Amino acid sequence: MKSIIQALWIVFRHLFRRKATIQYPEQKALLPPRWRGRIILSRDPDGGERCVACHLCSAVCPVNCIALQATEDESGRRYPEFFRINFSRCIFCGLCEDACPTYAIQLTPDFEMSEYNRQNLVYEKEDLLISGPGKYPGYNFWRVSGVQIGGKDKGEAENEAPPTDVYRLTP
Amino acid sequence: MHRLISTLLVLAWGLWFGSIVMVFGVLFVLLTVAGLLVWFERRLLGFWQDRYGPNRTGPFGLLQTVADAIKLLTKEDWIPPFADKPVFVLAPAVIVVTVLLAFAIIPFTPTIQVADLNIGLLFFLGMSSLGVYSVMLAGWASGNKYSLIGSLRAAAQMLSYEVFMGLSLMGVVILAGSFSLTRIVEAQRGLWFCVPQALGLLVFANAAVAETRRLPFDLPEAESELVAGYHAEYSAMKFGLFFVGEYLGITLISAMIVTLFFGGWLGPWLPPIVWFVLKTFVLVCGFILLRATLPRPRFDQLMAYGWKVLLPVALVNLLVTGALVVLA
Repeated sequence: MKSIIQALWIVFRHLFRRKATIQYPEQKALLPPRWRGRIILSRDPDGGERCVACHLCSAVCPVNCIALQATEDESGRRYPEFFRINFSRCIFCGLCEDACPTYAIQLTPDFEMSEYNRQNLVYEKEDLLISGPGKYPGYNFWRVSGVQIGGKDKGEAENEAPPTDVYRLTP
Repeated sequence: MHRLISTLLVLAWGLWFGSIVMVFGVLFVLLTVAGLLVWFERRLLGFWQDRYGPNRTGPFGLLQTVADAIKLLTKEDWIPPFADKPVFVLAPAVIVVTVLLAFAIIPFTPTIQVADLNIGLLFFLGMSSLGVYSVMLAGWASGNKYSLIGSLRAAAQMLSYEVFMGLSLMGVVILAGSFSLTRIVEAQRGLWFCVPQALGLLVFANAAVAETRRLPFDLPEAESELVAGYHAEYSAMKFGLFFVGEYLGITLISAMIVTLFFGGWLGPWLPPIVWFVLKTFVLVCGFILLRATLPRPRFDQLMAYGWKVLLPVALVNLLVTGALVVLA
């Protein structure tokens, strides 16, 4: 009997507690910066596309929602000819972000992507590309990698030693 | 002579018109209250669970009931092929009709009362007994084993708790010396019966919760075991009627407790109707608080509690009250 009255009193006091509800459309939930939401493709600080079309994201994707095709521009840089993410399949696991060697594909704190038409959930490259570098501001893959492209020869990347002449005998 | 007859006619018509207005006024208010209670209970439960409850449709979510009603009215009204059709259709109406009829004897104020029967209390008990039929027949006619178990439980529970419900009220009747609810309220002018009849109030409140099949005694519908118990097969407005019946039942029982134990319309300063509504409102909140707090007992615990605790308490209360009245 005493415990019942105690329980009633405890429940009654909750009338004056702060509510746990977030009144969603007016109030937004505070999403952590590493929230795995809408996927974007970032650019390097110079404004070029980071994606080198290595297919690792589409290979690791457990639901096969990423489709892309690689091509090369006149300077020898690889880039995706098209890059397509089907968000009606995507499970926002973030494995693509983990797999990406160039920080190109990133997940963002945004989940408000509802559509009335399922077709509209298929995002093309122009929908995915953003204008900035995303979470990694200073990073430029082409400047640190040893790959030779137009305007940057072998040995000219940051912290890269000049290439060894393999025909010389001295070390 | 001619004049006399016409005067009488006007008088009779006036009385008849007055009572019709009274009946429809009370009906209108009660059904509105039942509708609002659906919203109010959800809001209050929300607050007690650190949520807001429905607050989107209309100001404070007040139109939630309207939205629910529109949904229920436009839904498919499905009668299962294995159901006993006439009984299945009739059962939900019975509960609403019996509860509404029981409201006829409640004295809201000295002037607002549909019928001041001299056996008002017995009428109320009779109507609440008839309400059992609704639940029993609904489960039986559904042709579904869960519904049947639910209605069996309802029958056992409501029939047993009716016994203590009746017995617990006899103390009040002894003190007031009448079955008429107006007389009972008038008898509480000095002291509300909740003081001398505290035990009676306790037993009646318990029996009332069981009688309205409200949590914690909602074993006839027990969602966790019986799907939805006796109304598992009901849809659309037939289901809605069970709901209206339940909320009308809460209002009725709260109004009865106010009338019998808390002095009905009596109270200082404020007009009688305000006192009555205020007291009833507090008790309705109490009913909802019970629902928010207590878990459902097992069925054997429910029956044991009734027969082994409430029945002896009610009998002792009746004996002691009777003895004291005889001695005094």
